[in-house]
Amino acid sequence: MSKNKMEVKNLDFYYDDFKALKNINIPLEKNKVTALIGPSGCGKSTFLRTLNRMNDLIDGTKVEGDVLFDGKNIYSSEFDVVELRKKVGMVFQQPNPFPKSIYDNVAYGPRIHGIKNNTKLDEIVEKSLKGAALFEEVKDRLNDSALGLSGGQQQRLCIARALAVKPEVLLMDEPASALDPVATAKIEDLIAELKNNYTIVIVTHSMQQAARVSDLTGFFLMGDLVEFDNTDKIFENPADQRTEDYITGRFG
Amino acid sequence: MESKLIKRKLTEKVIFNILGLFLWASIAILGMIIFFIFKRGIGVISWEFISSMPANGMTEGGILPAILGSFYLVSGAILFATPLGVFAAIYMTEYAKRGRMIRIIRIGVNNLAGVPSVVFGLFGLAVFVKYFNFGVSILSGALTLAIVILPTIIRASEEALMSVPDEYRESSLALGATKWQTIKNVVLPAAIPGILTGCILGVGRVAGETAPIIFTAATFFSMRLPNSVLSEVMALPYHIYALVTTGTFPEKQIPLAYGTAVVLLVLVLLINLVAIIMRIRYSKKIDN
Repeated sequence: MSKNKMEVKNLDFYYDDFKALKNINIPLEKNKVTALIGPSGCGKSTFLRTLNRMNDLIDGTKVEGDVLFDGKNIYSSEFDVVELRKKVGMVFQQPNPFPKSIYDNVAYGPRIHGIKNNTKLDEIVEKSLKGAALFEEVKDRLNDSALGLSGGQQQRLCIARALAVKPEVLLMDEPASALDPVATAKIEDLIAELKNNYTIVIVTHSMQQAARVSDLTGFFLMGDLVEFDNTDKIFENPADQRTEDYITGRFG
Repeated sequence: MESKLIKRKLTEKVIFNILGLFLWASIAILGMIIFFIFKRGIGVISWEFISSMPANGMTEGGILPAILGSFYLVSGAILFATPLGVFAAIYMTEYAKRGRMIRIIRIGVNNLAGVPSVVFGLFGLAVFVKYFNFGVSILSGALTLAIVILPTIIRASEEALMSVPDEYRESSLALGATKWQTIKNVVLPAAIPGILTGCILGVGRVAGETAPIIFTAATFFSMRLPNSVLSEVMALPYHIYALVTTGTFPEKQIPLAYGTAVVLLVLVLLINLVAIIMRIRYSKKIDN
């Protein structure tokens, strides 16, 4: 088996006539954290959303090229989008738990995938909350509304909710941008923990964060992938002048 | 400089008070209606009035058949209109592509809300009473009233569904839920308080409608209570109309009309109250 969990080949992406991504090629290595950086509007979030086909929900979008998951093209008609999203979980920028209890939030995914047995659900909920480093804080109030949690707790709950369907890849779209530094540190520790079991792709505005959490980094600029390499290489000795300008804060 | 500031503050004050005046004027009109109806009608209200049959050519006795008739008609209308309206709204907001077709349908629905209710009455007469041969009956009346409130329910449901944040939909779909699972488990529960409000408004409107039931369900006077959905019925608003316009003893019957109006008002307020309580409890359940 290849070391790449997913592989993006010659990907073009359009919003109507606007070409938002131009010929992107990225391998996403198994059990590694890949960070995507770049200024606002560079296409990094759009790219992330092509990996679990969330862009399908937007009218007038078009994808060309291949996105492979375990070697199979996720945009081919044989690949079921529901099955894909089960395997490729997503955590959004804003913590967005459902207006349900903590327990029901985590149990939501397993339930829709047909698990009804309560003992089994209890197990999954506990395991997922532990996986998201939240269990100790909420174990005595699993039936309270998730909306009563703090922002950082809500975001970890969303991670737990994503883990509960046992994904193989975890996409994170600026997961800490709405959080304070303490909560951000917790999320970053969690990412380091999670990569043992998952392949992680994270979009971030914070270059320090990319440097801290990722193994590989891609720099996007106006729909182009300017540079993609080991994180150390990108931050210490970038090959492209534009990358250097960006990470040294000369623009963006 | 100083005087400019004073002038601005003065304008602010004047505008504020004018706006307040308009608000109080509207509330005063509402208050006057309620006060007037109650003053003229409360005298005839008694247990006997709401629990017995009319007597002596509707110059004495009660309005039980009209209360029951209105109850059957309104319940029937809600029963028919709610699923139809809610499912139509779900289709429009969740499934249909935004575009010209949906805009046309939406304009159609809004226009349906503007059609005079007597026209619905004629439609009901032609279609339900004659074509389907349901006759002048609870069934025909309830179906006609259902059409009257359909636009209200569709619009309220649509607004309720659209106010559910897209993040809920996205996070559900991102977990591998299908569209219907997402709607059923996340979108609808969050939209139910708003949908309920639509139904409340529908009930309020439909309980007082007279024109749509004149040709389709209502009877002037009935000696017995309805015993099937195909019975014709008395109804509160039509009873008021009948007492006022066609009575032979206006001095006896007009107070009865006001009494009936009181009952109708109280009934509508009660239904609204129940629905509002349901709504508050539901949104509390979600928040906790």
